[in-house]
Amino acid sequence: MLQLEKLTWSAPEGGQVLNGVDLVIPDNKLVVITGPNGGGKTTLAKLIAGLEKPDSGRIILDGRDITGLDITERARLGVSYAFQQPVRFKGLTVTDLLELASGKKLSHSEACDYLARVGLCANEYVNREVNATLSGGEIKRIELATVIARHTRLSIFDEPEAGIDLWSFNSLIDVFRELQNSIDGSMIIISHQERILSIADEIVVIADGRVTSQGPSSVILPQLLAGGAAACGKCPKKEVKYCGENKPE
Amino acid sequence: MEKINLSEITAQLLKSVSDYKDGFAHAFSIRENGCGVSRRSTENVKIEDKPDAPGLVIRVAPGSKGEKVSIPACVTHGNIDDIVYNDFYIGEGADVRIIAGCGVHVSTGEPARHNGIHRFFLEKGAHAIYEEKHVATGNGKGVRSIGPVTEIYLGEDSELEMDSLQLGGVDRTLRQTKAVVGEKARLIIRERILTDGEQEAKTEFEVEMNGAGSSVSLVSRSVAKGSSYQAYRSRIIGNAPCTGHSECDAIIVGGGRVDASPELVANDGDAALIHEAAIGKIAGEQIVKLRTLGLTEEEAENRIVSGFLK
Repeated sequence: MLQLEKLTWSAPEGGQVLNGVDLVIPDNKLVVITGPNGGGKTTLAKLIAGLEKPDSGRIILDGRDITGLDITERARLGVSYAFQQPVRFKGLTVTDLLELASGKKLSHSEACDYLARVGLCANEYVNREVNATLSGGEIKRIELATVIARHTRLSIFDEPEAGIDLWSFNSLIDVFRELQNSIDGSMIIISHQERILSIADEIVVIADGRVTSQGPSSVILPQLLAGGAAACGKCPKKEVKYCGENKPE
Repeated sequence: MEKINLSEITAQLLKSVSDYKDGFAHAFSIRENGCGVSRRSTENVKIEDKPDAPGLVIRVAPGSKGEKVSIPACVTHGNIDDIVYNDFYIGEGADVRIIAGCGVHVSTGEPARHNGIHRFFLEKGAHAIYEEKHVATGNGKGVRSIGPVTEIYLGEDSELEMDSLQLGGVDRTLRQTKAVVGEKARLIIRERILTDGEQEAKTEFEVEMNGAGSSVSLVSRSVAKGSSYQAYRSRIIGNAPCTGHSECDAIIVGGGRVDASPELVANDGDAALIHEAAIGKIAGEQIVKLRTLGLTEEEAENRIVSGFLK
């Protein structure tokens, strides 16, 4: 279980981004955090993973205060973070990354299993470099596979839909559905997308640096949709957006 | 496999730079401190003394497949200035792997140098893999220098893959590679260099593509640590309809310096030449990503560098 207590954070260039976030993420539930752009969602994900330090407040994972721990220490305690813009490496292969993620040598069939779970044909990818030749959809799925391979207590996925095409997006939903059935711990997805919101167990809405509502998807999602994007500007978009790549892979 | 009698230092160097395991199962010649100490020819790979200079003439029979030849050279103490001229003639349609490592060990204050001048002549349809690995060891203050000169002449439809690796220890390197690529011939060069401390490595490539349909792919990756310095020069000249691609990536760690100067010359309207280059520190986001997988900052940096130079 993850607890956030009165988290605040302001940008280095000034401007309060988080204004005291209180939140409990229960175990074995898929929690989707949504809200308008600039509302502090990605900042919150980065604070949990240790990429940013809060100005004040506490982060408690399974009863332990991890607020003062750095990225590596949190990772070793079981925090995983899938980047919104996955990082590319010249020289590291997909298998190298999966082995670093799982902390051990992987057999061909183990590496294949992780890749199959994110819908990639393993033989085409195990020896591929994680470099600029991978498409947005491919690298996104590899990013997800590195998080899955860690088997950690807390997994955070920051806008998994960003930068991928429609075809990849459809299979992404299946990946999360499958993960939802097999998680052992907490899982957070930061997302704007209605289809991701619709598979959530719980939805948390963050706007203006605060939690504005939280509850079961069946309650929150209809409220968000009823509000209408034009009405409040805080609602999830109903259409799948394209970011760069339009054609199916 | 017949055991070869060698000093311990030489045996260690050979293991680092070649596929030596108390001997070789295929054709070989071992050079130690400027002298040939052991050699074996096989049915399809003939190794003979070069008549006009110190070195060897190596001939691979036309049509022979899956051949292998190792020609490591070692310098095991200071005050040696070794220069060797080796010529390789790869017959029509032959397929061979050539392993030419070089190791220099200095435990005193005197300098040691090995310069290998290698020429490759590939006939029609021949294919060769040329692996060149350089290491330098020992605690002596003597400067360890390695200066390889490589000349490559590719006949019609032939292919040479050159893979060169120098991962530390060598104080001074000047690597010069020249190639003339014939019709439909392909040249693939992969170079990886790591320098540290006060080391200097300079590498120069000049590739002339004279045959229609010829191609070159030149990929250089380097890491400059400490106060080391590296200079990269490449000149790809397209004199015919051809394709050329060069890529030079360098990572700087600490106070390392890198100077890269790629040059493309198209003397034919159908010469398609591309160069890509990037020099910089390890991207901070790469370190962060590996830290989110549980590595420390130092472990992440080492892993990124070792992968980059793999």
